[in-house]
Amino acid sequence: MSHNDSTPHGAGTDGGGAVDLSDRSLTTEQILKEGLRRDDIEIVHYESQYPVPGTKAERRMERIVAFMFLVSGVAALAFVGIFIWGPFKPEYTFGADKYDWYTPLLGLTSGISLLAIGLGILTYGKKLLPHEIVIQQRHDGGSAPEDRTIAGGTLGFIGSELGVQRRPLIKATLGLGGLGLGLAAAAVPIGMLIKDPHPSADNPADPYFETGFNKDRFNDGNPVRLTREDKSPIKPEEVSVGGQLTAYPGIPGGTTNEFADSPVLLIHLRDEDAATLRSNLWRYSKNAMTDSNDPNSGSMWNSFVAYSKICTHAGCPASLYEQQTNRLLCPCHQSQFLITDNAKPVFGPATRRLPMLPITVDAEGYFVAERDFGVAVGPAFWERPTQ
Amino acid sequence: MKRRKVDIKALPGVVAGAADDRYKVAGPIRGILNKVFPDHWSFLLGEIALFSFIILLLTGTFLTLFFDPSMSEVIYDGAYVPLRGQAMSRAYETSLDISFEVRGGLIVRQIHHWSALLFMAAIVVHMCRIFFTGAFRKPRELNWIIGLSLFWLGFTEGFAGYSLPDDALSGTGLRIASAILLSIPVIGTWLVQALFGGEFPGDIILDRLYILHVLLVPGILLVLITIHVGLVFIQKHTQWAGPGRTNANVVGERFVPRYTIKQAGFFMLVFAVVAFMGGLFQINPIWLFGPYRAAVVSSGSQPDWYVMFLDGSTRLMPSWELRIGDYTLPALFWPTVVLPGILTILPMIYPFIEARMNKDKSRHNLLQRPRDNPQRTALGMMAISFYLVLAISGGNDIIADKFHISLNAMTWAGRVACLVVPPLAYYLTHRICLGLQQHDREVLVHGVETGIIKRLPSGAFVEVHQPLAPVDEHGHPAELDYVGWTVPKKMNRLGALAPALKGFFKPLEVPPRPQLPPAPPTPPTEREKIDA
Repeated sequence: MSHNDSTPHGAGTDGGGAVDLSDRSLTTEQILKEGLRRDDIEIVHYESQYPVPGTKAERRMERIVAFMFLVSGVAALAFVGIFIWGPFKPEYTFGADKYDWYTPLLGLTSGISLLAIGLGILTYGKKLLPHEIVIQQRHDGGSAPEDRTIAGGTLGFIGSELGVQRRPLIKATLGLGGLGLGLAAAAVPIGMLIKDPHPSADNPADPYFETGFNKDRFNDGNPVRLTREDKSPIKPEEVSVGGQLTAYPGIPGGTTNEFADSPVLLIHLRDEDAATLRSNLWRYSKNAMTDSNDPNSGSMWNSFVAYSKICTHAGCPASLYEQQTNRLLCPCHQSQFLITDNAKPVFGPATRRLPMLPITVDAEGYFVAERDFGVAVGPAFWERPTQ
Repeated sequence: MKRRKVDIKALPGVVAGAADDRYKVAGPIRGILNKVFPDHWSFLLGEIALFSFIILLLTGTFLTLFFDPSMSEVIYDGAYVPLRGQAMSRAYETSLDISFEVRGGLIVRQIHHWSALLFMAAIVVHMCRIFFTGAFRKPRELNWIIGLSLFWLGFTEGFAGYSLPDDALSGTGLRIASAILLSIPVIGTWLVQALFGGEFPGDIILDRLYILHVLLVPGILLVLITIHVGLVFIQKHTQWAGPGRTNANVVGERFVPRYTIKQAGFFMLVFAVVAFMGGLFQINPIWLFGPYRAAVVSSGSQPDWYVMFLDGSTRLMPSWELRIGDYTLPALFWPTVVLPGILTILPMIYPFIEARMNKDKSRHNLLQRPRDNPQRTALGMMAISFYLVLAISGGNDIIADKFHISLNAMTWAGRVACLVVPPLAYYLTHRICLGLQQHDREVLVHGVETGIIKRLPSGAFVEVHQPLAPVDEHGHPAELDYVGWTVPKKMNRLGALAPALKGFFKPLEVPPRPQLPPAPPTPPTEREKIDA
């Protein structure tokens, strides 16, 4: 293609202009144009950016591209050097740790290298290659009617060839067999994964209604102690007034994620707050102090109360305790629970109170859970009974 | 004559001939080399997603060599001193090892995370471009649906990857995911049991998410991306209206060399950006969060950005729990299951709704400027504003903290805003579109404002307009039709003013002297009048 030529090239759709490809004297440009013609493509504008080869401007652009490629190589070498000999493990010495520079320098060198080669390639394509405007006809919008007729007719013939329509017995049994196989194919993955969430005779575990404080299942019927994360039991005098402590069931593995629903927040209320809570408990259920079936029955121990830490909304730990307002805030979706009102949700998306763990103190003076939570802990679900 | 057994110069031809003998590819290759692609910056947004996906595959493969998704408990004794002696899962331990003990592991991990964020961002922006220009119309409805599926697949893939390191944030995210599954009526508990192999967290979820993250979802993504790009190739890219561009042609550049060279350079630029970010900007510093413990969470727990709109919808949802007989329908169900369902189905069927409303059965290869379809543009802005309110609400605790606003006020503002702002955005966008349309036509009829004020003999001032069309003998310009493309609205767009000078800090060239029109000679009659 000659330079500095903006007249339309290619023969376009007029069908003319075909060249004899067996002609050995054809240039590559002429062959390209013949290919374009066959693909219904027309070059309407083709212009070298440097009509006169080897001008100062062109050489300058070449130097810029070459410089970028060079920068890319140098930066890549620097990257490799730092990568191999740089300090890639932290040292924890006093003062500056050379490791702090390792990753940023890798990012800087690799970034510069990639940026330079990218800009080099782009500059080459945009500043050194000829400008062109090319038009291709789309020819979209479905096949020719003849092709459609042929494809449809062929399929129709194949249909009658198979003759399933004519053989109702085969049609019915094929449907039945296919259905059976489909069911079998679905049954395998579902059957492998499915697991009854409800307790049964051979699997007494009830994941949604029991926690690690269930003394019958996890502690041979003895009340489960409240422990700290280091598994040490907790005495009342160890929690200051207005203070709070995350407590776990004192059973093997009780502090691990195996008992993810069990953690409670043990709070030592100020006396006046404890009195408020007591009076509110009465309001929530008239029998709270006498009826042992009531979830809140005998839950508090003096000025201590233990609420489930698992938010009743989405299961995050509702653990931000605001001592002044006696509120618990869940940091995930900002539900707020009023401790002095039976952990009633007072703001945000949570609907239900944080369940209270009935606590008391055992003979040795440590906190124990009298029994498990009276209600399901954590986020709601379909089978959850209303109350 | 040289006597050589192998003629190096003829070798490519010989190899090509041998290949074509066997595979008959000369014809298709010609078609591919010659294929014409239209050029516009907005057509490169999808490429950013494609390129980040390639980077994700490269870095992700590297990470699998060092990561172990096991949930078995170990005591950490690695290079990161502050966590030594802590009980943690093997998954968290190997994530720390990648960050501190594998040479270059941290930068690869950070590049992987940044490209995942960029992948999702590019998908969203690309989707907006497709929507606002009407590129989803017939014959491209299927590719629009595939694109939407790619968003949700990318979302799943990202969430699975976010959960794998088993740090405090990822565990909290999983906990919320399990609560979302639990909230689904009737089958909630069954779903959680099936996915987690028991109660949350169980001991197998990370292994399952791992195979989901490294094989299943990327496999589907790869197939769908191939179909997505393949359909663009087969159906040929849409193009903007403009001179010589019709619904039946493509105006642009040949695939090879110019288009390919630009793509190659652009890939390097995208890679450069994530390499810079991966090295210089910290992302997801899991060692600061500590291992996941069910009882531990910190304030300011935000998910990756593309999950934030669902976090926001969850925060804004009022505490409406339905009780049906003995059964419970949790409040969580609406913002996390129903809302995403609606947000998926509505856009998926939108191309068909729009075609039906407009009784439009024709094929569209020319893009529309957003102003030319005010209803669609307004709907899109409505969706975007709704999305933004939710996404901002996903970080409302941070905003409340940094700007000293009440958190409850932020929540209430979000609740009101997600109902009030979208209709407002619809109305405003619609009006702006109509205004822009009107202005386009005004310029086509009257010409471009020149900024020259002329005083008429009567004393009145008028502004001189430069007509875009030739004028008749009375000086009235011929009327021009709007053709769906940019109307020049400034004189320098018409070449009437000198182009801006080149140079960054100081001009690199001497500014040309402005070409002032010769001053018109004052008509002698007027002068006489003044004299008189």
